[in-house]
Amino acid sequence: MIDLSVNLPGLHLKNPIIPASGCAGYGRELAEFYDLSRLGGIAIKSATPAERFGNPTPRIAETPMGMLNAIGLQNHGVDYIIENELPFLAQYDTEVIANVAGAAEEDYVEVIRKMNNSPVVKAYELNISCPNVKHGGIGLGTDAQLAAHVTRMAKEASTKPVYVKLTPNVTDIVSIAKAVEEAGADGLVLINTLLGMRIDLRTGRPVLANGTGGLSGPAIKPVAVRMVYQCARAVHIPVIGVGGISTPEDVIEFLLAGADAVEVGAANFADPMVCVKIIDRLPETMKKYGYASLQEIKEKRAI
Amino acid sequence: MKCTDALIIENVKLNEDVLRMKLKTDIAPLVRCGQFVQVQVPGFFLRRPISVCCTEGDTLTLVYKVVGQGTDAMAQMKPQQTVSLIGPLGTGFPLLDRDVTLIGGGVGVPPLVETAKQYRSRGFHVTCVLGFNRSADMILVNEMKELGSEVETATMDGSYGVRGTVIDAIREKGIAVDMVLACGPLPMLKAVCECASDGYVSLESRMACGFGACMGCVVKTPEGESRRVCTEGPVFRIGEVVL
Repeated sequence: MIDLSVNLPGLHLKNPIIPASGCAGYGRELAEFYDLSRLGGIAIKSATPAERFGNPTPRIAETPMGMLNAIGLQNHGVDYIIENELPFLAQYDTEVIANVAGAAEEDYVEVIRKMNNSPVVKAYELNISCPNVKHGGIGLGTDAQLAAHVTRMAKEASTKPVYVKLTPNVTDIVSIAKAVEEAGADGLVLINTLLGMRIDLRTGRPVLANGTGGLSGPAIKPVAVRMVYQCARAVHIPVIGVGGISTPEDVIEFLLAGADAVEVGAANFADPMVCVKIIDRLPETMKKYGYASLQEIKEKRAI
Repeated sequence: MKCTDALIIENVKLNEDVLRMKLKTDIAPLVRCGQFVQVQVPGFFLRRPISVCCTEGDTLTLVYKVVGQGTDAMAQMKPQQTVSLIGPLGTGFPLLDRDVTLIGGGVGVPPLVETAKQYRSRGFHVTCVLGFNRSADMILVNEMKELGSEVETATMDGSYGVRGTVIDAIREKGIAVDMVLACGPLPMLKAVCECASDGYVSLESRMACGFGACMGCVVKTPEGESRRVCTEGPVFRIGEVVL
Protein backbone atom coordinates (compact mmCIF):
# COMPACT_ATOMS: atom_id res chain seq x y z
CA MET A 1 0.00 0.00 0.00
CA ILE A 2 1.45 3.34 -1.03
CA ASP A 3 0.85 6.06 1.54
CA LEU A 4 -0.83 8.91 -0.33
CA SER A 5 -1.28 11.23 2.64
CA VAL A 6 -0.04 14.81 2.48
CA ASN A 7 0.27 17.24 5.38
CA LEU A 8 -0.06 20.92 4.56
CA PRO A 9 -0.80 23.90 6.81
CA GLY A 10 -4.19 23.15 8.37
CA LEU A 11 -4.83 20.29 5.97
CA HIS A 12 -4.22 16.62 6.73
CA LEU A 13 -5.04 15.15 3.36
CA LYS A 14 -5.42 11.35 3.15
CA ASN A 15 -4.54 11.73 -0.52
CA PRO A 16 -3.52 14.74 -2.64
CA ILE A 17 -6.81 14.94 -4.57
CA ILE A 18 -9.18 17.89 -3.96
CA PRO A 19 -12.14 18.89 -6.17
CA ALA A 20 -11.56 22.54 -7.13
CA SER A 21 -13.80 25.37 -6.02
CA GLY A 22 -16.79 25.93 -8.29
CA CYS A 23 -16.60 22.41 -9.69
CA ALA A 24 -18.14 20.54 -6.77
CA GLY A 25 -20.65 22.97 -5.28
CA TYR A 26 -20.76 22.25 -1.54
CA GLY A 27 -20.37 18.52 -2.09
CA ARG A 28 -24.02 17.52 -2.29
CA GLU A 29 -24.02 16.69 -6.00
CA LEU A 30 -20.83 14.61 -5.99
CA ALA A 31 -22.07 12.85 -2.84
CA GLU A 32 -24.80 11.32 -5.06
CA PHE A 33 -22.03 9.48 -6.91
CA TYR A 34 -19.55 8.53 -4.17
CA ASP A 35 -18.58 8.88 -0.51
CA LEU A 36 -16.89 12.28 -0.12
CA SER A 37 -14.72 10.77 2.63
CA ARG A 38 -12.70 9.22 -0.21
CA LEU A 39 -11.35 12.69 -1.07
CA GLY A 40 -8.24 14.27 0.37
CA GLY A 41 -10.20 17.48 0.65
CA ILE A 42 -12.84 19.58 -1.03
CA ALA A 43 -12.59 23.24 -2.03
CA ILE A 44 -16.14 24.54 -1.77
CA LYS A 45 -17.74 27.10 -4.04
CA SER A 46 -16.81 30.73 -3.41
CA ALA A 47 -18.46 32.51 -0.53
CA THR A 48 -19.14 36.25 -0.66
CA PRO A 49 -20.60 38.41 2.13
CA ALA A 50 -24.01 38.71 0.47
CA GLU A 51 -25.96 36.50 -1.94
CA ARG A 52 -24.98 36.84 -5.60
CA PHE A 53 -27.11 35.65 -8.52
CA GLY A 54 -24.14 35.75 -10.86
CA ASN A 55 -24.01 36.46 -14.58
CA PRO A 56 -26.77 36.13 -17.18
CA THR A 57 -26.89 32.95 -19.30
CA PRO A 58 -25.40 31.46 -21.43
CA ARG A 59 -22.66 30.97 -18.85
CA ILE A 60 -21.02 27.93 -20.44
CA ALA A 61 -19.31 27.33 -23.77
CA GLU A 62 -17.39 24.25 -24.83
CA THR A 63 -13.92 24.65 -26.32
CA PRO A 64 -11.38 22.20 -27.73
CA MET A 65 -10.40 20.06 -24.72
CA GLY A 66 -11.97 22.44 -22.29
CA MET A 67 -14.70 24.93 -21.55
CA LEU A 68 -15.36 28.57 -20.81
CA ASN A 69 -17.45 29.59 -17.85
CA ALA A 70 -18.80 32.89 -16.67
CA ILE A 71 -20.87 31.89 -13.65
CA GLY A 72 -20.06 35.09 -11.78
CA LEU A 73 -19.58 33.77 -8.23
CA GLN A 74 -23.20 32.77 -7.77
CA ASN A 75 -23.70 31.85 -4.13
CA HIS A 76 -26.18 32.30 -1.29
CA GLY A 77 -23.81 34.36 0.83
CA VAL A 78 -21.59 33.35 3.74
CA ASP A 79 -24.32 33.19 6.40
CA TYR A 80 -26.45 30.80 4.38
CA ILE A 81 -23.41 28.64 3.58
CA ILE A 82 -22.43 28.40 7.25
CA GLU A 83 -25.95 27.52 8.27
CA ASN A 84 -27.01 25.20 5.43
CA GLU A 85 -23.98 23.84 3.57
CA LEU A 86 -21.20 23.34 6.12
CA PRO A 87 -23.28 21.03 8.40
CA PHE A 88 -23.76 18.69 5.42
CA LEU A 89 -20.01 18.52 4.87
CA ALA A 90 -19.37 17.88 8.58
CA GLN A 91 -20.50 14.25 8.20
CA TYR A 92 -17.57 13.45 5.90
CA ASP A 93 -13.99 12.71 6.83
CA THR A 94 -12.42 15.10 4.34
CA GLU A 95 -10.69 18.46 4.69
CA VAL A 96 -12.87 21.41 3.73
CA ILE A 97 -11.20 24.42 2.16
CA ALA A 98 -13.43 27.49 2.02
CA ASN A 99 -12.94 29.59 -1.08
CA VAL A 100 -13.44 33.24 -0.23
CA ALA A 101 -14.27 35.91 -2.81
CA GLY A 102 -15.28 39.52 -2.84
CA ALA A 103 -15.34 42.79 -4.67
CA ALA A 104 -13.18 44.56 -2.10
CA GLU A 105 -10.71 43.66 0.67
CA GLU A 106 -13.36 44.15 3.35
CA ASP A 107 -15.45 41.40 1.76
CA TYR A 108 -12.69 38.84 2.33
CA VAL A 109 -12.30 39.93 5.94
CA GLU A 110 -16.05 39.69 6.57
CA VAL A 111 -16.37 36.18 5.13
CA ILE A 112 -13.29 34.95 7.01
CA ARG A 113 -14.39 36.40 10.36
CA LYS A 114 -17.72 34.60 10.03
CA MET A 115 -16.22 31.27 8.95
CA ASN A 116 -13.53 31.32 11.65
CA ASN A 117 -16.10 29.90 14.07
CA SER A 118 -16.84 26.89 11.90
CA PRO A 119 -14.85 23.77 12.85
CA VAL A 120 -15.72 22.29 9.44
CA VAL A 121 -13.52 24.77 7.57
CA LYS A 122 -9.85 23.80 7.87
CA ALA A 123 -8.31 26.48 5.67
CA TYR A 124 -9.19 29.38 3.41
CA GLU A 125 -8.44 29.82 -0.25
CA LEU A 126 -8.56 33.46 -1.32
CA ASN A 127 -10.06 33.82 -4.77
CA ILE A 128 -8.31 36.96 -5.96
CA SER A 129 -8.36 35.69 -9.49
CA CYS A 130 -11.88 35.04 -10.69
CA PRO A 131 -11.97 36.92 -13.99
CA ASN A 132 -15.73 37.30 -14.09
CA VAL A 133 -16.52 39.96 -11.57
CA LYS A 134 -16.29 43.45 -12.93
CA HIS A 135 -14.47 45.82 -10.59
CA GLY A 136 -13.70 42.79 -8.47
CA GLY A 137 -11.19 40.00 -8.07
CA ILE A 138 -9.27 40.63 -11.23
CA GLY A 139 -7.76 43.87 -9.95
CA LEU A 140 -6.53 42.32 -6.72
CA GLY A 141 -4.89 39.31 -8.28
CA THR A 142 -3.10 41.06 -11.12
CA ASP A 143 -1.18 43.55 -9.00
CA ALA A 144 1.52 42.29 -6.61
CA GLN A 145 0.95 45.07 -4.05
CA LEU A 146 -2.84 44.65 -4.05
CA ALA A 147 -2.50 40.86 -3.81
CA ALA A 148 -0.14 41.24 -0.86
CA HIS A 149 -2.46 43.76 0.76
CA VAL A 150 -5.54 41.51 0.64
CA THR A 151 -3.43 38.55 1.81
CA ARG A 152 -2.23 40.55 4.82
CA MET A 153 -5.77 41.63 5.70
CA ALA A 154 -7.03 38.05 5.36
CA LYS A 155 -4.22 36.71 7.53
CA GLU A 156 -4.94 39.27 10.23
CA ALA A 157 -8.63 38.31 10.26
CA SER A 158 -8.10 34.56 10.03
CA THR A 159 -7.67 31.92 12.72
CA LYS A 160 -6.93 29.29 10.06
CA PRO A 161 -4.25 28.92 7.38
CA VAL A 162 -4.76 31.09 4.31
CA TYR A 163 -3.96 29.86 0.81
CA VAL A 164 -4.04 32.32 -2.05
CA LYS A 165 -5.38 31.21 -5.44
CA LEU A 166 -3.53 33.06 -8.18
CA THR A 167 -4.76 34.16 -11.57
CA PRO A 168 -2.71 33.19 -14.61
CA ASN A 169 -3.86 36.33 -16.42
CA VAL A 170 -0.71 38.27 -15.50
CA THR A 171 2.64 39.03 -17.11
CA ASP A 172 4.76 37.70 -14.25
CA ILE A 173 3.06 35.25 -11.90
CA VAL A 174 6.27 34.69 -9.90
CA SER A 175 6.30 38.28 -8.66
CA ILE A 176 2.70 37.87 -7.42
CA ALA A 177 3.55 34.54 -5.77
CA LYS A 178 6.51 36.08 -3.97
CA ALA A 179 4.51 39.13 -2.86
CA VAL A 180 1.76 36.92 -1.46
CA GLU A 181 4.28 34.72 0.38
CA GLU A 182 5.94 37.82 1.82
CA ALA A 183 2.52 38.99 3.02
CA GLY A 184 2.11 35.82 5.07
CA ALA A 185 0.23 33.37 2.86
CA ASP A 186 0.42 29.80 4.16
CA GLY A 187 0.27 28.34 0.67
CA LEU A 188 -0.50 29.00 -2.98
CA VAL A 189 -3.16 27.51 -5.21
CA LEU A 190 -2.55 27.89 -8.92
CA ILE A 191 -3.89 28.41 -11.47
CA ASN A 192 -7.36 29.85 -11.79
CA THR A 193 -8.95 30.00 -15.24
CA LEU A 194 -7.48 31.77 -18.26
CA LEU A 195 -9.57 34.58 -19.68
CA GLY A 196 -11.08 33.55 -23.01
CA MET A 197 -13.87 34.13 -25.50
CA ARG A 198 -15.88 32.26 -28.12
CA ILE A 199 -17.92 33.91 -30.85
CA ASP A 200 -21.08 32.46 -32.41
CA LEU A 201 -20.63 32.24 -36.18
CA ARG A 202 -24.31 32.85 -36.89
CA THR A 203 -24.91 35.85 -34.64
CA GLY A 204 -21.38 37.26 -34.72
CA ARG A 205 -21.67 37.81 -30.98
CA PRO A 206 -19.84 36.19 -28.05
CA VAL A 207 -21.36 32.84 -27.01
CA LEU A 208 -21.24 33.83 -23.33
CA ALA A 209 -23.68 36.49 -22.20
CA ASN A 210 -20.82 37.97 -20.17
CA GLY A 211 -18.70 38.21 -23.31
CA THR A 212 -15.61 36.68 -21.78
CA GLY A 213 -15.20 33.70 -19.49
CA GLY A 214 -12.62 31.57 -17.74
CA LEU A 215 -11.01 28.76 -19.74
CA SER A 216 -10.52 25.48 -17.89
CA GLY A 217 -10.03 21.83 -18.72
CA PRO A 218 -7.15 19.85 -20.24
CA ALA A 219 -6.47 22.70 -22.70
CA ILE A 220 -4.88 24.80 -19.92
CA LYS A 221 -2.81 22.06 -18.29
CA PRO A 222 0.56 22.97 -19.85
CA VAL A 223 0.12 26.59 -18.75
CA ALA A 224 -0.68 25.46 -15.22
CA VAL A 225 2.26 23.05 -15.08
CA ARG A 226 4.59 25.84 -16.24
CA MET A 227 3.29 28.29 -13.62
CA VAL A 228 3.43 25.72 -10.80
CA TYR A 229 7.01 24.94 -11.88
CA GLN A 230 8.02 28.62 -11.85
CA CYS A 231 6.28 29.52 -8.58
CA ALA A 232 7.25 26.41 -6.61
CA ARG A 233 10.89 27.28 -7.22
CA ALA A 234 10.44 30.87 -6.16
CA VAL A 235 8.62 30.40 -2.85
CA HIS A 236 9.05 28.36 0.31
CA ILE A 237 5.37 27.73 1.01
CA PRO A 238 3.33 24.76 -0.28
CA VAL A 239 1.76 24.88 -3.71
CA ILE A 240 -1.53 23.23 -4.64
CA GLY A 241 -1.59 22.73 -8.41
CA VAL A 242 -4.77 23.03 -10.45
CA GLY A 243 -5.55 23.34 -14.15
CA GLY A 244 -6.72 20.65 -16.53
CA ILE A 245 -6.09 17.63 -14.31
CA SER A 246 -8.16 14.57 -15.23
CA THR A 247 -5.85 11.55 -14.85
CA PRO A 248 -3.38 10.14 -12.30
CA GLU A 249 -0.63 10.85 -14.86
CA ASP A 250 -1.61 14.54 -14.70
CA VAL A 251 -1.30 14.45 -10.92
CA ILE A 252 2.23 13.04 -11.09
CA GLU A 253 3.14 15.70 -13.65
CA PHE A 254 1.98 18.47 -11.30
CA LEU A 255 3.83 16.90 -8.35
CA LEU A 256 6.98 16.76 -10.47
CA ALA A 257 6.46 20.42 -11.37
CA GLY A 258 6.50 21.30 -7.68
CA ALA A 259 2.94 20.90 -6.40
CA ASP A 260 2.32 19.31 -2.98
CA ALA A 261 -1.30 18.43 -3.74
CA VAL A 262 -3.71 19.08 -6.61
CA GLU A 263 -7.22 20.28 -7.26
CA VAL A 264 -9.35 18.73 -9.98
CA GLY A 265 -11.71 21.19 -11.65
CA ALA A 266 -13.68 20.99 -14.88
CA ALA A 267 -13.02 17.26 -15.25
CA ASN A 268 -15.69 16.72 -12.56
CA PHE A 269 -18.29 18.06 -14.98
CA ALA A 270 -17.35 15.58 -17.70
CA ASP A 271 -17.04 12.68 -15.27
CA PRO A 272 -18.41 13.07 -11.73
CA MET A 273 -16.39 9.98 -10.71
CA VAL A 274 -13.08 11.42 -11.91
CA CYS A 275 -11.62 12.17 -8.45
CA VAL A 276 -12.16 8.66 -7.10
CA LYS A 277 -10.92 7.17 -10.36
CA ILE A 278 -7.72 9.21 -9.98
CA ILE A 279 -7.35 8.20 -6.32
CA ASP A 280 -7.90 4.52 -7.17
CA ARG A 281 -5.42 4.54 -10.04
CA LEU A 282 -2.74 6.81 -8.56
CA PRO A 283 -0.77 4.04 -6.74
CA GLU A 284 -0.52 1.76 -9.80
CA THR A 285 0.35 4.74 -12.02
CA MET A 286 3.10 5.78 -9.58
CA LYS A 287 4.47 2.23 -9.65
CA LYS A 288 4.39 2.22 -13.45
CA TYR A 289 6.71 5.23 -13.48
CA GLY A 290 8.91 3.86 -10.72
CA TYR A 291 7.73 5.91 -7.75
CA ALA A 292 7.21 4.08 -4.45
CA SER A 293 6.00 7.17 -2.59
CA LEU A 294 4.92 10.78 -3.06
CA GLN A 295 8.26 11.70 -1.51
CA GLU A 296 10.10 9.92 -4.33
CA ILE A 297 8.19 12.03 -6.85
CA LYS A 298 9.22 15.20 -5.03
CA GLU A 299 12.84 14.08 -5.00
CA LYS A 300 12.71 13.52 -8.76
CA ARG A 301 11.56 17.09 -9.40
CA ALA A 302 13.17 18.73 -12.38
CA ILE A 303 15.69 21.37 -11.43
CA MET B 1 -28.54 9.09 -10.88
CA LYS B 2 -25.42 7.26 -11.84
CA CYS B 3 -22.59 7.20 -14.34
CA THR B 4 -22.71 4.06 -16.43
CA ASP B 5 -21.65 2.54 -19.76
CA ALA B 6 -24.47 1.81 -22.19
CA LEU B 7 -24.43 -0.34 -25.33
CA ILE B 8 -25.66 1.23 -28.57
CA ILE B 9 -28.08 -1.11 -30.31
CA GLU B 10 -29.35 1.32 -32.96
CA ASN B 11 -28.41 4.77 -34.28
CA VAL B 12 -30.51 5.58 -37.33
CA LYS B 13 -31.70 8.69 -39.18
CA LEU B 14 -35.36 9.64 -38.81
CA ASN B 15 -34.95 12.49 -41.27
CA GLU B 16 -32.26 14.79 -42.66
CA ASP B 17 -30.77 15.83 -39.31
CA VAL B 18 -32.65 13.93 -36.60
CA LEU B 19 -31.53 10.51 -35.38
CA ARG B 20 -32.82 7.84 -33.04
CA MET B 21 -30.31 6.10 -30.77
CA LYS B 22 -31.38 3.04 -28.80
CA LEU B 23 -29.22 1.99 -25.89
CA LYS B 24 -29.12 -0.97 -23.52
CA THR B 25 -28.54 0.41 -20.05
CA ASP B 26 -29.37 -0.31 -16.44
CA ILE B 27 -30.53 3.28 -15.98
CA ALA B 28 -33.42 2.86 -18.45
CA PRO B 29 -35.84 1.50 -15.81
CA LEU B 30 -35.06 4.45 -13.53
CA VAL B 31 -36.03 7.17 -16.03
CA ARG B 32 -39.25 9.12 -15.55
CA CYS B 33 -40.87 11.07 -18.38
CA GLY B 34 -39.19 14.39 -19.15
CA GLN B 35 -35.84 13.49 -17.61
CA PHE B 36 -32.58 13.55 -19.56
CA VAL B 37 -29.18 11.89 -19.76
CA GLN B 38 -25.68 13.31 -20.30
CA VAL B 39 -24.05 11.52 -23.22
CA GLN B 40 -20.28 11.38 -23.56
CA VAL B 41 -19.22 11.75 -27.18
CA PRO B 42 -15.63 10.64 -27.93
CA GLY B 43 -13.35 13.60 -28.66
CA PHE B 44 -15.43 16.19 -26.81
CA PHE B 45 -14.74 17.53 -23.34
CA LEU B 46 -18.29 18.12 -22.14
CA ARG B 47 -21.23 15.74 -22.43
CA ARG B 48 -24.36 16.35 -24.51
CA PRO B 49 -27.59 16.68 -22.50
CA ILE B 50 -30.26 14.73 -24.41
CA SER B 51 -33.84 14.22 -23.25
CA VAL B 52 -35.07 10.65 -23.04
CA CYS B 53 -37.69 9.91 -25.69
CA CYS B 54 -38.95 6.67 -24.15
CA THR B 55 -37.86 3.55 -22.33
CA GLU B 56 -38.85 -0.10 -22.43
CA GLY B 57 -37.23 -2.52 -19.99
CA ASP B 58 -33.52 -1.87 -20.15
CA THR B 59 -33.75 -0.09 -23.52
CA LEU B 60 -33.51 3.68 -23.57
CA THR B 61 -34.35 5.67 -26.70
CA LEU B 62 -32.91 9.08 -27.50
CA VAL B 63 -34.10 11.15 -30.45
CA TYR B 64 -31.68 13.98 -31.13
CA LYS B 65 -30.92 16.59 -33.74
CA VAL B 66 -27.49 17.22 -35.24
CA VAL B 67 -26.88 20.86 -34.31
CA GLY B 68 -23.08 21.00 -34.07
CA GLN B 69 -19.86 19.03 -34.08
CA GLY B 70 -20.70 17.08 -30.92
CA THR B 71 -24.07 15.78 -32.05
CA ASP B 72 -22.55 15.17 -35.50
CA ALA B 73 -19.95 12.90 -33.88
CA MET B 74 -22.76 11.25 -31.92
CA ALA B 75 -24.52 10.56 -35.23
CA GLN B 76 -21.42 8.71 -36.43
CA MET B 77 -21.49 6.26 -33.52
CA LYS B 78 -22.28 2.66 -34.41
CA PRO B 79 -24.23 -0.20 -32.86
CA GLN B 80 -22.18 -2.36 -30.46
CA GLN B 81 -20.14 0.69 -29.38
CA THR B 82 -20.41 1.62 -25.73
CA VAL B 83 -21.19 5.13 -24.62
CA SER B 84 -20.93 6.62 -21.14
CA LEU B 85 -24.17 8.05 -19.75
CA ILE B 86 -25.01 9.99 -16.61
CA GLY B 87 -28.63 9.73 -15.65
CA PRO B 88 -31.43 9.89 -15.12
CA LEU B 89 -31.10 13.62 -14.59
CA GLY B 90 -33.46 16.44 -13.74
CA THR B 91 -37.08 16.78 -12.74
CA GLY B 92 -39.45 15.61 -15.46
CA PHE B 93 -43.15 16.07 -16.18
CA PRO B 94 -45.55 15.38 -13.31
CA LEU B 95 -47.94 12.44 -13.56
CA LEU B 96 -51.24 14.16 -12.82
CA ASP B 97 -54.50 12.27 -12.42
CA ARG B 98 -56.23 13.96 -15.35
CA ASP B 99 -56.37 14.36 -19.14
CA VAL B 100 -53.61 16.51 -20.61
CA THR B 101 -52.61 18.32 -23.79
CA LEU B 102 -49.03 17.72 -24.87
CA ILE B 103 -47.46 20.43 -27.02
CA GLY B 104 -44.20 19.75 -28.83
CA GLY B 105 -42.12 21.72 -31.28
CA GLY B 106 -39.42 20.12 -33.45
CA VAL B 107 -36.89 18.21 -31.35
CA GLY B 108 -38.94 19.18 -28.31
CA VAL B 109 -41.30 16.34 -29.25
CA PRO B 110 -39.17 13.35 -28.07
CA PRO B 111 -39.66 13.65 -24.26
CA LEU B 112 -43.41 13.86 -24.82
CA VAL B 113 -43.48 10.28 -26.15
CA GLU B 114 -42.76 8.68 -22.76
CA THR B 115 -45.04 11.28 -21.18
CA ALA B 116 -47.91 10.28 -23.50
CA LYS B 117 -47.22 6.61 -22.75
CA GLN B 118 -47.44 7.20 -19.00
CA TYR B 119 -50.70 9.15 -19.24
CA ARG B 120 -52.28 6.66 -21.67
CA SER B 121 -51.29 3.65 -19.56
CA ARG B 122 -53.10 5.20 -16.61
CA GLY B 123 -56.22 5.64 -18.73
CA PHE B 124 -56.17 9.37 -19.36
CA HIS B 125 -56.97 11.12 -22.61
CA VAL B 126 -53.94 12.66 -24.32
CA THR B 127 -54.14 15.30 -27.02
CA CYS B 128 -50.89 16.05 -28.82
CA VAL B 129 -50.22 19.22 -30.76
CA LEU B 130 -46.98 18.82 -32.66
CA GLY B 131 -45.37 21.64 -34.63
CA PHE B 132 -42.62 21.47 -37.25
CA ASN B 133 -41.13 23.82 -39.82
CA ARG B 134 -42.12 21.57 -42.73
CA SER B 135 -43.48 18.09 -43.30
CA ALA B 136 -39.95 16.75 -43.95
CA ASP B 137 -39.07 17.64 -40.34
CA MET B 138 -41.93 15.67 -38.80
CA ILE B 139 -40.89 13.09 -36.23
CA LEU B 140 -42.65 10.71 -33.83
CA VAL B 141 -46.17 11.55 -35.08
CA ASN B 142 -47.00 7.89 -35.71
CA GLU B 143 -45.52 6.84 -32.37
CA MET B 144 -47.85 9.30 -30.65
CA LYS B 145 -50.85 7.96 -32.59
CA GLU B 146 -49.92 4.35 -31.77
CA LEU B 147 -50.00 5.25 -28.07
CA GLY B 148 -53.64 6.17 -28.53
CA SER B 149 -53.15 9.93 -28.39
CA GLU B 150 -55.25 12.29 -30.47
CA VAL B 151 -52.69 14.09 -32.64
CA GLU B 152 -52.95 17.47 -34.36
CA THR B 153 -50.05 18.67 -36.47
CA ALA B 154 -48.94 22.12 -37.59
CA THR B 155 -46.23 23.03 -40.09
CA MET B 156 -44.94 26.54 -40.64
CA ASP B 157 -45.00 26.13 -44.43
CA GLY B 158 -48.39 24.43 -44.41
CA SER B 159 -46.99 21.29 -46.06
CA TYR B 160 -48.86 19.13 -43.53
CA GLY B 161 -51.68 19.78 -41.07
CA VAL B 162 -52.53 23.28 -39.95
CA ARG B 163 -50.42 26.03 -41.52
CA GLY B 164 -48.61 27.95 -38.79
CA THR B 165 -47.56 27.31 -35.21
CA VAL B 166 -48.85 24.94 -32.54
CA ILE B 167 -50.79 27.93 -31.19
CA ASP B 168 -52.54 28.31 -34.55
CA ALA B 169 -53.43 24.61 -34.44
CA ILE B 170 -54.76 24.90 -30.87
CA ARG B 171 -57.00 27.84 -31.88
CA GLU B 172 -58.17 26.31 -35.15
CA LYS B 173 -59.00 22.94 -33.61
CA GLY B 174 -60.33 24.31 -30.33
CA ILE B 175 -57.97 22.19 -28.23
CA ALA B 176 -58.19 22.34 -24.44
CA VAL B 177 -55.32 24.23 -22.81
CA ASP B 178 -56.36 23.97 -19.17
CA MET B 179 -53.45 21.58 -18.51
CA VAL B 180 -50.59 21.52 -21.00
CA LEU B 181 -47.22 19.79 -20.91
CA ALA B 182 -44.90 21.41 -23.43
CA CYS B 183 -41.40 21.08 -24.82
CA GLY B 184 -39.91 22.99 -27.73
CA PRO B 185 -38.08 26.17 -28.73
CA LEU B 186 -38.26 29.14 -26.37
CA PRO B 187 -40.56 31.31 -28.54
CA MET B 188 -43.05 28.41 -28.67
CA LEU B 189 -42.88 27.93 -24.90
CA LYS B 190 -43.48 31.66 -24.33
CA ALA B 191 -46.54 31.52 -26.58
CA VAL B 192 -47.77 28.39 -24.79
CA CYS B 193 -47.41 30.10 -21.42
CA GLU B 194 -49.55 32.99 -22.67
CA CYS B 195 -52.39 30.87 -24.01
CA ALA B 196 -52.54 28.04 -21.44
CA SER B 197 -54.34 28.42 -18.13
CA ASP B 198 -52.06 25.93 -16.39
CA GLY B 199 -49.31 23.51 -17.23
CA TYR B 200 -45.63 22.70 -17.34
CA VAL B 201 -42.84 23.55 -19.78
CA SER B 202 -39.51 21.81 -20.36
CA LEU B 203 -36.56 24.15 -20.92
CA GLU B 204 -33.28 23.80 -22.74
CA SER B 205 -30.01 25.30 -21.59
CA ARG B 206 -26.29 25.18 -22.15
CA MET B 207 -24.85 23.23 -19.24
CA ALA B 208 -21.51 21.81 -18.21
CA CYS B 209 -22.24 19.07 -15.67
CA GLY B 210 -25.98 18.38 -15.89
CA PHE B 211 -26.14 17.23 -12.26
CA GLY B 212 -26.33 20.50 -10.37
CA ALA B 213 -22.73 21.35 -9.58
CA CYS B 214 -21.64 23.96 -12.12
CA MET B 215 -24.47 26.52 -11.89
CA GLY B 216 -24.17 27.10 -15.63
CA CYS B 217 -27.83 26.56 -16.53
CA VAL B 218 -29.73 28.70 -14.05
CA VAL B 219 -33.00 30.52 -14.68
CA LYS B 220 -34.74 33.06 -12.47
CA THR B 221 -38.02 32.87 -10.62
CA PRO B 222 -40.25 35.98 -10.74
CA GLU B 223 -38.89 36.73 -7.23
CA GLY B 224 -35.32 36.66 -8.53
CA GLU B 225 -34.27 33.35 -7.01
CA SER B 226 -32.29 30.91 -9.12
CA ARG B 227 -33.34 27.48 -10.33
CA ARG B 228 -31.09 25.01 -12.13
CA VAL B 229 -32.51 23.74 -15.43
CA CYS B 230 -30.60 20.47 -14.89
CA THR B 231 -31.87 19.76 -11.39
CA GLU B 232 -35.02 21.66 -10.38
CA GLY B 233 -35.88 21.54 -14.11
CA PRO B 234 -35.85 20.97 -17.01
CA VAL B 235 -39.61 20.91 -16.39
CA PHE B 236 -41.07 23.91 -14.56
CA ARG B 237 -44.66 24.85 -13.84
CA ILE B 238 -45.86 27.77 -15.93
CA GLY B 239 -45.04 30.95 -14.00
CA GLU B 240 -42.44 29.28 -11.76
CA VAL B 241 -39.53 30.73 -13.73
CA VAL B 242 -39.11 33.65 -16.09
CA LEU B 243 -38.69 32.48 -19.69
